[in-house]
Amino acid sequence: MNHDALRRLKSTIVVWLCGLSVVVALIPLAFILFFVVSQGIQALNWDFFTKLPAPVGEPGGGFANAIVGTLMLVGIGAAFAVPVGVISGVYIAEFPATKLATMARFAADALNGVPSIVVGVFVYGIAVMPFKQFSAIAGGISLGVMMIPIVTRTTEELLKLVPPALREGALALGATRGWATLTVVLPAAAPGIITGVVLALARIAGETAPLLFTAFNNRFFSADPTQPISSLTVQVFTYAISPYEDWHRQAWAGALVLVSLVLFCSVLARVATRRLERLQTGH
Amino acid sequence: MRGWLKRGDLGFKLGTGAFAALVVLVVAGIGFELWRQSALSLEKFGLGFWLGDVWDPVSGEFGARPFIWGTLYSSVLALAVATPIALGIAIFLSELCPARLRMPLTFLTELLAAIPSIVYGLWGIFVLVPAVRQFELWLPASLKTLPIFSGPPVGVGMLSAVLILAVMIIPFTSSVAREVLKAVPNAQREAAYALGATKWEAIRAALFYARTGIIGSIILGFGRALGETMAVTMVIGNNPQITLSLFKPQYTMPAVLANEFTEAADNLYLSALIEIGLVLFVITLIVNTASRLLIWSMNRPARAPRAVRVTQVAAPAGGAA
Repeated sequence: MNHDALRRLKSTIVVWLCGLSVVVALIPLAFILFFVVSQGIQALNWDFFTKLPAPVGEPGGGFANAIVGTLMLVGIGAAFAVPVGVISGVYIAEFPATKLATMARFAADALNGVPSIVVGVFVYGIAVMPFKQFSAIAGGISLGVMMIPIVTRTTEELLKLVPPALREGALALGATRGWATLTVVLPAAAPGIITGVVLALARIAGETAPLLFTAFNNRFFSADPTQPISSLTVQVFTYAISPYEDWHRQAWAGALVLVSLVLFCSVLARVATRRLERLQTGH
Repeated sequence: MRGWLKRGDLGFKLGTGAFAALVVLVVAGIGFELWRQSALSLEKFGLGFWLGDVWDPVSGEFGARPFIWGTLYSSVLALAVATPIALGIAIFLSELCPARLRMPLTFLTELLAAIPSIVYGLWGIFVLVPAVRQFELWLPASLKTLPIFSGPPVGVGMLSAVLILAVMIIPFTSSVAREVLKAVPNAQREAAYALGATKWEAIRAALFYARTGIIGSIILGFGRALGETMAVTMVIGNNPQITLSLFKPQYTMPAVLANEFTEAADNLYLSALIEIGLVLFVITLIVNTASRLLIWSMNRPARAPRAVRVTQVAAPAGGAA
């Protein structure tokens, strides 16, 4: 075999190996989705959504309190993470050359990389220890802290994509910089930012580690933000490591609900992004 | 609000700046709070905390070396498994993939990052661990004399954790590496082809051009692996021991926090756990900063495909090489 043929052979092999690596990565994805759906669907019934957990060892019961808990925790988190994220994103995009913008951008990236369990330890220190009480508020704070950097960076990137002509138009009409941003630039970027927020919500709804010792868990129904509260993820964890067959079954159902939520949001975001692209390019 | 905003740019700058400062404060606050809460343990044990290898809260002995070992060992092995696959994906999606398949395949590979950690853990316990146990039983006895294959075939342990970690970090490395490759000017590849390069040789030229960013993407995956909690906690076996064995149960820093934090009965125990959190925070901060700096130094253009379209509309005549 001559030298050139060898080079071509090498090239072909590498091309195939690259294609193969995509397949290798998609195998676990297919496996996970298959098991979550096939195992989860068996345990998913009306009781799962409407009943409280059954006493230890008794079959039956559901995740009603955990579903309400997750909604509440995500709500509390989003209530402060969305404003903080959007407004800090506006600052970074509007004044990118300032020292504060560089620091905030760096901080957002750093926060994004902080392990979620560490966020839990931090919030334990500021919101659990002083009150000697696990609470939904503490859980919501840790989810919010996880959410801030995602919203900040999404807002920044989307604002940068708004054509400068829009802002210049507003400025030419006599608007101040803040007024132009609020009434012209932000609305133009709003659909994209909302998409980013939806994705961020889906992501924090799937977090477990930061809730373990902030929101803790609660076997009963609770809507009191100062009390420990259950969540889908922590409930799945508790059930998964329990010795009971019936609880394992329900853990799969919980996982199915979580994965459906994530899939639904991802697809929604993808569709919205494509529509946005079409709008922007005018096709 | 209206009047306040109209009054001038300074109010706008200060108002939004306060929120940007808040983001910085949160990160600083995490570091400060962890340091403050771990003071007891820092003072009592000093450096000995990280050198000792006995973790016995009942007798008040806290040596964190096994957790450092478990965290680093699992992350390095996961990186070794994940990196070739992730780079293969990045190369395939940015250089080789037919245009029609690119979007769906990108979506699917990135879906791996969207699946919650707890779902990986659940799948790990009930599907992966039994499979790993079968593998451990099947392995010939002659190989089991090697230190890395020693230990009982229980399924839970380092091997399960490494496999699940590898799957979890693949999408992070591959998506950043893909964007870095996308930022490589086409002239690089065209020049290679013009010299008669094969496809692989042209890709190698692009990889070489993008090397700092690629290394950044690998380090980013490492940072993810270090901090991964739930899935690892559920399959690694949670036994603090320092061993090369892939089959023996071990323990990681995030896992010990997840398992023991609510059980910490006295202040010293709690403080020792928080010190583990502090060190985890510092390590991931350093690793992520290194990765960001490398990726940023690639000097890539505005990255989203939307940005490209916008410029195309602005200048329909020009197709940048």
